[in-house]
Amino acid sequence: MTVLTPLSAFARTKPLHSPASLPRWQPGRTTHALHGEVFAPAGEGSGAAMALAMAIDAAQAGEERAWLWVQDERSLKLGGRPYRPGLPGPLRDRLIHVAAKSAEDALFALEEGLRCRDLAFVIGEIAANPRSLNFTAARRLSLAVERHGVPLWLVRLDAQSDLSSARQRWQVRAAPSRPPHWNAAAPGAPAWQADLFRARAHPPGKWILRDEGTRLRAEPPHQPSHSVDLVSSAGDRPLAAG
Amino acid sequence: MHAGVLLADARALCPELAVALGDPGGDLAFLERLALWARRWGPWAALDPPDGLIVDTTGVAHLFGGEAALLDDAATRLAACGLTVRLGLAPTAGAAWALAHYGPERAILHPQDSLDNLPVAALRLDPATLLVLRRLGLKRIGELSGVARDALARRFRNTRAPAANPLIRLDQLLGRVPEPLLPVMAAEFPLVQRRLMEPIRHRSLLDRVLADLCEDMARLLEGRAEGARRLELALWKVDGEVPVRKLELAAASRDAAHIARLFSGKLDDLDAGFGIELARLSAPWTEPLALSQGDFERAAEAHGTSLAACIDRLGARLGAGAVRRPAPVASHVPERAQRWVPPLEPEGAVQSELVFHARPLKLLDRPEPIAVLYASPDGLPRRFRWRGAVHEIARAEGPERIAPEWWRERGTVRLRDYYRIEDGEGRRYWIYRNGIDGDGRGGMPEWFMQGLCA
Repeated sequence: MTVLTPLSAFARTKPLHSPASLPRWQPGRTTHALHGEVFAPAGEGSGAAMALAMAIDAAQAGEERAWLWVQDERSLKLGGRPYRPGLPGPLRDRLIHVAAKSAEDALFALEEGLRCRDLAFVIGEIAANPRSLNFTAARRLSLAVERHGVPLWLVRLDAQSDLSSARQRWQVRAAPSRPPHWNAAAPGAPAWQADLFRARAHPPGKWILRDEGTRLRAEPPHQPSHSVDLVSSAGDRPLAAG
Repeated sequence: MHAGVLLADARALCPELAVALGDPGGDLAFLERLALWARRWGPWAALDPPDGLIVDTTGVAHLFGGEAALLDDAATRLAACGLTVRLGLAPTAGAAWALAHYGPERAILHPQDSLDNLPVAALRLDPATLLVLRRLGLKRIGELSGVARDALARRFRNTRAPAANPLIRLDQLLGRVPEPLLPVMAAEFPLVQRRLMEPIRHRSLLDRVLADLCEDMARLLEGRAEGARRLELALWKVDGEVPVRKLELAAASRDAAHIARLFSGKLDDLDAGFGIELARLSAPWTEPLALSQGDFERAAEAHGTSLAACIDRLGARLGAGAVRRPAPVASHVPERAQRWVPPLEPEGAVQSELVFHARPLKLLDRPEPIAVLYASPDGLPRRFRWRGAVHEIARAEGPERIAPEWWRERGTVRLRDYYRIEDGEGRRYWIYRNGIDGDGRGGMPEWFMQGLCA
């Protein structure tokens, strides 16, 4: 394994940028493949849903390749299996699912998936903090992502945020949705409270992310949800543009 | 004295008789193991109880340097095992049996040879039929085919069993009638092997042999414009065991490095014992593969692997059942609306889901019961407890009533009322009530959590 030079490069470049000089994160701007981590509670679907939304947000239009969803046994038991009729429309018929027995097997499957040029992106779900998912394992995944250009979103269910080399690390919980137009009593389009607590290219920040089908929409947190769709002051425009 | 005499009668004639107990079950088990081992001389072997083996050597003799050399090799190996054998080699199983039992030692039947001089007992007939033939004065096989044939056809017209009808046996012997023992057609699947000067016991050497075999196989397959879907690696050990490793590929391939890599993952638990003396790689299932593929391993470093290679690698380590794809099924019961199929299987035509059915992103393998507080038996609960946490229902949509599939389920299965709900903190779930109060199919309806929404 050739980890020597990138690791030292990573350590050197980190303090060079002060957080203020970095551009704020905004949806729809990710162009290169990225290793992201999403920490989420196991008792809700928000972790995998947000990972999927991020992957769709970064995907090119007209993407036809298959995508991989790897689950270890514990996350499968806690959070259930993917359900095809509930997947986002364009992704439904392209899913390949891997049910791994252990976290080691799941990590192996993730790395093999990242090395495959015929995959659009890879989603992993691993519960808690297994011993095998240490900094070295995370670093291997980051390198594979950068080398082969396949994005990885690793969902960590009920996990502590340990040491990792992921380029973006999010803490996610479900957020109340906007009431839909026709039935105000029904749950609306998915929304999440997302906390970007560590990122290489962006300063940390908190948003309410709303899934609008093919793209994400970011709103500042703690905004009272309007019953009518007003144009909100900071809408989807960045606060510090530039 | 002849076979079948009572032991007491035999002892009366010869009191010093040495007695060994028979063990028919053990003999048969040994014969089965020997048949497996005997596949070293051909890809296909069958038992001929109580004391015979049939090996199909079609297309194999050249690996041993000719048919005579093959028989010599077989005689040497079997003698080394401490067995007394009689060998015969012929185009049909019946002729080989006749040669082995009544022919000269290590006989090989060539096209111009005749079996007419063998006794009729060489036809594998039962004793009653042999008695009839002896009384008719027919002693040699050649005598059956002349004038006697019409008379015999009349005499045995009602016997269908081959062992009781000499004419059927005769036709089997000459290959005029197919015999179910034989393969219907000569299945010549690609087969390469390495016979080793010294038995090998170390993994590094075995990997070398495996790589050579894979390259031979790749060359053979390339010549046939085929790719392997299933491969079998058999290793003959000195102590008589033959471990076999099987491999299935998601798509036809003849990439030697890829195949060797997949096999090497399956050899970790191999016990070489006293050594491996013969390694053979065969491809029982091949598919046409016209285009030539590049080198998987080197290309993988630069451009990544192909999807089929990725699935092969995942399947080789995690088991084939771990890598699957959901496929739609025509059923309105949620857990039956999808099934899991191999990842590269083409999708069948199924009516698509209705757009206005909102379904959860993930489905629990088994619906989990939730404890509810409800206003009325038919209404929606205000609050429920799931996995120890209390959820207030803030918004809900439903019910969506899903009836059981009466044509495949028992009459006591209850209908379900599904609700899509959001709790006070924004968590979205898919819950259902199993049955309605007073439907006569059980007590009070229970509530279950089935899916987690995005």
